[in-house]
Amino acid sequence: MDRVAIIGASMTQFGKREGWLRDLLVEAALDCLDDGGIEPGEIEHLYVSNMASGEFEGQTGVPNMLAHDIGAVPAYTQRVDQTSSSGGAGTYAAWQSVASGVSDLTMLVGGEKMTHRSTAEATDVIASITHPYEYKQGVTLPSFAGLTARHYLDKYDAPRESLGKVAVKNHKNGVDNPHAQFQKEVSLEEVLESPIVADPLRLYDFCPITDGSGALLMCPESVAEQYTDDYAVIAGVGGATDTHVVHEREDPTVMGGVVESGKTAYEMADMGPENIDVAELHDMFTILEFLQSEDLGFFEKGEGWKAVEEGVTDRDGDLPVNTSGGLKSKGHPLGASGVAQIYELYQQVRGEAGPRQVDAETGIACNVGGFGNCVITTILEAAR
Amino acid sequence: MSMNAIKYDDGTISYPAHPRGLEGGEPVEEIDLTERVAEVVTWTTSTATPPGVRQPNHLAIVEFEVEGQPVRVLGQLTTGEVEIGDEVRPTYVEELREPGAGMREPESQDWDGYRFEPTQ
Repeated sequence: MDRVAIIGASMTQFGKREGWLRDLLVEAALDCLDDGGIEPGEIEHLYVSNMASGEFEGQTGVPNMLAHDIGAVPAYTQRVDQTSSSGGAGTYAAWQSVASGVSDLTMLVGGEKMTHRSTAEATDVIASITHPYEYKQGVTLPSFAGLTARHYLDKYDAPRESLGKVAVKNHKNGVDNPHAQFQKEVSLEEVLESPIVADPLRLYDFCPITDGSGALLMCPESVAEQYTDDYAVIAGVGGATDTHVVHEREDPTVMGGVVESGKTAYEMADMGPENIDVAELHDMFTILEFLQSEDLGFFEKGEGWKAVEEGVTDRDGDLPVNTSGGLKSKGHPLGASGVAQIYELYQQVRGEAGPRQVDAETGIACNVGGFGNCVITTILEAAR
Repeated sequence: MSMNAIKYDDGTISYPAHPRGLEGGEPVEEIDLTERVAEVVTWTTSTATPPGVRQPNHLAIVEFEVEGQPVRVLGQLTTGEVEIGDEVRPTYVEELREPGAGMREPESQDWDGYRFEPTQ
């Protein structure tokens, strides 16, 4: 099987944007085509990662709209919705389209427009993924994080401050990301004194509500050099699910979808955690960075917090995590977040990450939907 | 309104009911949880609640022991004054969340159920 190369990538400014989803998707798509030196008519498959354009702004049929707007008709189009992991799932779908030999040039564009809705409304759209039993309890994704954080801190005797240090680290990284929603540092004191959202977690333990888009161009590695000699390769990708009802999991501190998707990606790449140079983890909530860093095998279960305390995951640490600023600082436009994770790795493994650059030839992205309900893990490496 | 854990033909027990269990087993028995006590595994107080949900919303994951197996259930608490390990029991509430206030179609599900209150 021919491996799949990424030959172009883009992401828009993340944050509160004036444009609607259509504008955001077009902006990322055209920037990506420009980055890859591709004409729209060359696109054979066009995937759009998006969770809830119908619910957020009453616009459906988005992939066809985008194909027309960028001049990519008659490309095959498909929307990919996997809640917060839609971007990762879109990456997987786009990879499949090329790896299977069906498409020789595939574009993925992920995006979401959210900030025109109130926090309560946006929270309800996201919480609508829950089981009817959970929904009537008023459970939200942040409250799952609060429940899990308290259990984790108690079970592993971890200090509350360790979660705050995830936010401090990722905000510090976001300062050097011009696309990030928040390009400012926060202190540990600010994190620990911010308003409670889901006890013991506070405002700065959570990602913001965000508008934004990102895009990737993929082709078979065997022809990548026809476009560029500066490409990256998807060395491995895996997707998995965990229980829909969160409380039915045997251990609330283990995300089974992360474990399983990671195994698949590592096996495909013929790599293990020891081969990974940089990681983009789905820090929608600070606690998630601990869980994913453990469930991907970087640290023993219950030890992820120590790595943050010891600076292992800092930009200059042994395993830099979320050099982009993560969802925490960069923002979380649902359908775009997984694409933006790959965008960061694409820059890192090609040595194009500017002030965020770390010594990296391989990188891993973990994109989580729901509260670990659906997960996509992707491994990128530099072209050989 | 009942709160029945489901036993599947592979011996596993869980709540709420699914057409098949996690290991693929078929449901064979309902086990009433409403007269039992459970232990708080973890809890939170959510202050940013969506439409139709009380604010603040105290929530917990509690654990029943059923036929020697742990059966976990997430639910609202009657109070935020709890600790991990506290014993709680279910207490019926006619409306856990206002139907129709959020985006879920009101007729698509029921809205009554049980909160957990400390036994001490």
